[in-house]
Amino acid sequence: MRVDYYLYLSAVLFTIGAVGVLVRRNAIVVFMCIELMLNAVNLSLVTFARMDGNLDGQIIAFFVMVVAAAEVVIGLAIIMSIFRSRRSASVDNANLLKY
Amino acid sequence: MTSTTHYVAATGVFHLTFLLVLLPTVGAAVLLLGGRRTNPWGHLLGCAMPILSFVIGVIEFVALIGRDGGQSRQLDQHLWSWVPAGSFHANVNLLLDPLSLVFVLLITGVGSLIHVYSVGYMEHDPDRRRFFGELNLFVAAMLLLVLADNYLVLYVGWEGVGLASYLLIGFWSHKPSAAVAAKKAFLVNRVGDVGLSLAIMLMFTTFGTFAFDGIFNGAASGHAHSGTMTAIGLLLLLGACGKSAQAPLQSWLLDAMEGPTPVSALIHAATMVTAGVYLVARSAAIYDVAPHARVAVEVVGAVTLVMGAIIGCAYDDIKKVLAASTMSQIGYMMLAVGIGPGAYAIGILHLLTHGFFKANMFLSAGSVMHGNNDEVNMRRYGGLRKVMPVTFACFSFGYLAIIGMIPFSGFFSKDKIIEAALDKGGFEGGFLGTIAIVGAGLTAFYMTRLMAMTFFGVKRWPKDVHPHDAPRVMLIPMAILAFGSLVAGYLLILGGSLQHFLTPAVGGSVEVGAHTISPVVLSLITLAVVAGGVTSAWYLVARKPIPAEPPTYVTPATKAARASLYGDAFNEGVFMRPGAYLTRALVFFDNRGVDGLVNGLAALVGGTSARFRRLQTGFVRSYALSMLAGALALTATLVLVRVG
Repeated sequence: MRVDYYLYLSAVLFTIGAVGVLVRRNAIVVFMCIELMLNAVNLSLVTFARMDGNLDGQIIAFFVMVVAAAEVVIGLAIIMSIFRSRRSASVDNANLLKY
Repeated sequence: MTSTTHYVAATGVFHLTFLLVLLPTVGAAVLLLGGRRTNPWGHLLGCAMPILSFVIGVIEFVALIGRDGGQSRQLDQHLWSWVPAGSFHANVNLLLDPLSLVFVLLITGVGSLIHVYSVGYMEHDPDRRRFFGELNLFVAAMLLLVLADNYLVLYVGWEGVGLASYLLIGFWSHKPSAAVAAKKAFLVNRVGDVGLSLAIMLMFTTFGTFAFDGIFNGAASGHAHSGTMTAIGLLLLLGACGKSAQAPLQSWLLDAMEGPTPVSALIHAATMVTAGVYLVARSAAIYDVAPHARVAVEVVGAVTLVMGAIIGCAYDDIKKVLAASTMSQIGYMMLAVGIGPGAYAIGILHLLTHGFFKANMFLSAGSVMHGNNDEVNMRRYGGLRKVMPVTFACFSFGYLAIIGMIPFSGFFSKDKIIEAALDKGGFEGGFLGTIAIVGAGLTAFYMTRLMAMTFFGVKRWPKDVHPHDAPRVMLIPMAILAFGSLVAGYLLILGGSLQHFLTPAVGGSVEVGAHTISPVVLSLITLAVVAGGVTSAWYLVARKPIPAEPPTYVTPATKAARASLYGDAFNEGVFMRPGAYLTRALVFFDNRGVDGLVNGLAALVGGTSARFRRLQTGFVRSYALSMLAGALALTATLVLVRVG
């Protein structure tokens, strides 16, 4: 069975996620794109585990999922409170912390 | 010279020695810290303290006379240990010996009279209480100076005198001229103090102690290198020059006339300028083994003696004439203490008689100013003898004493100095003796000029001035001092009493087998020179009317004398201007060089970071882009390295 298709798919998903983070302004969409990138990486890790015949990659993928879950909790809470105070979910509007 | 110096512990009435210093110190502390509530009785306390000190001084004098002569007349009172650090000891001890006791009596006696006089003189001054506080401080510092039994405590008193003189010369500090004069006196005195402090350090490294007995015995033992002793002697002389206004540090004394007149009297008669003479006389044991330094003392004395007399001939300001005369008279004393064994007592004798007649003349000059709306220009006086008879009488006593008229005190002391100088023999003796005689003639000249311009001739004061004698509280001290000017010399020289009294402290008189010139002939010569001075002053000054403005077309000699023999110009040209240029160059280097380097670096860092700061836009997406670019660059590098 050929596994390189999974890697192509992973690369496509990662690129879509990265472009989404760069071009979209809505914080929720940006967040979803980050999740997409994380999962693209997860797919790569699982694929590599399959290729090498051991479980290292799968274990790292689990770690990534746990970290992503924690990140979602914190990130959504931040987005919520920003939206409450500024009535906007645009990442470009939240630019107070600068030079 | 006594072979060893040994002080015995103070007992009995001599336990009171510390009170001599403590009383005026307490007076100064109460008056200076007590504030306005001490105003009503401040001047009374100020007078009481030196008078009490004087009484204690007299009691101790009587007790000291009662002891047998020699070394049991040198009493040491241990007060406390100041710096007890291992083998290093600095004790606060007071030494009561004939030399210090003579000074104590002069300082407290004349000082008390000046205090009493000031009650009247400063009556209308709003700051009279502060004035008395500072006068007491002056007296206390001077007493500490003369009573110290080691050079460290002496130095404390020495600096205290400098501080008090600064405060008092600048007493009317609202006048810029007084403030400047005080600063000048302070700075010039610092130059001398450097000399004294270096001398003390050198003595400590040489002999391992500050105490007089240790140092004098060490010097007498002859173990120290003669070059070291000469250096110590010269440095002590530098200190003495600063305090006693001797060339080349004489310039502050004339400006010090900005202070109230009682201060001038105190500085010139009882305290301050006598400190230098005391220092040299006290350090006799050091000068005994440093003949070169001794010659330097003589030369300084002789030069200042003539300089002061010449300057005195040209001034129109009555107080400045008297100040120049002090320089000249202190020059006589320096000359005497420089001549050495046997002449120390003569120097101190002149110091005492001078204390009387100079205080008398300053207080009389103060009375003249008091009666003339504080006018000091002698060209605006004239004919005052009729309207101020008491002042005139007192001043005349001082005048006759200073020019050395025969029964007055100055005659005895000044003639002795001239005699001692000539007895030294050879070129040195002849030269110094001649200078001393010339100085006597010049003294007669400028003092006669002062008398003629002030008390004789026609009246030249403005219409709105009504000269009058001062109140009694001022006249009585003047009268006492005038009486002293008459009798002090005779009493002190009677049977060589002062000389014998001082023997334990400064060594006995060395009788020269034959005088170079017989004393009687010498006195006649001196009197003839003095008469010449008086006559020429009369001929040149008093014969014709005195113009209101000083003549402009004068000889270069007069011009030089009016400029204090260019003492100030010399200081300005040699020390002040180059110093100012140096500091200006240093400031420039500091501003442009050091600061420029530091500021330039800071500006470079600041400017660069200001540019880079612009990268922090606040847009999350641009940060994400830069992170992506960084990740791509990292990956590309890894791939290239692997493939490569």
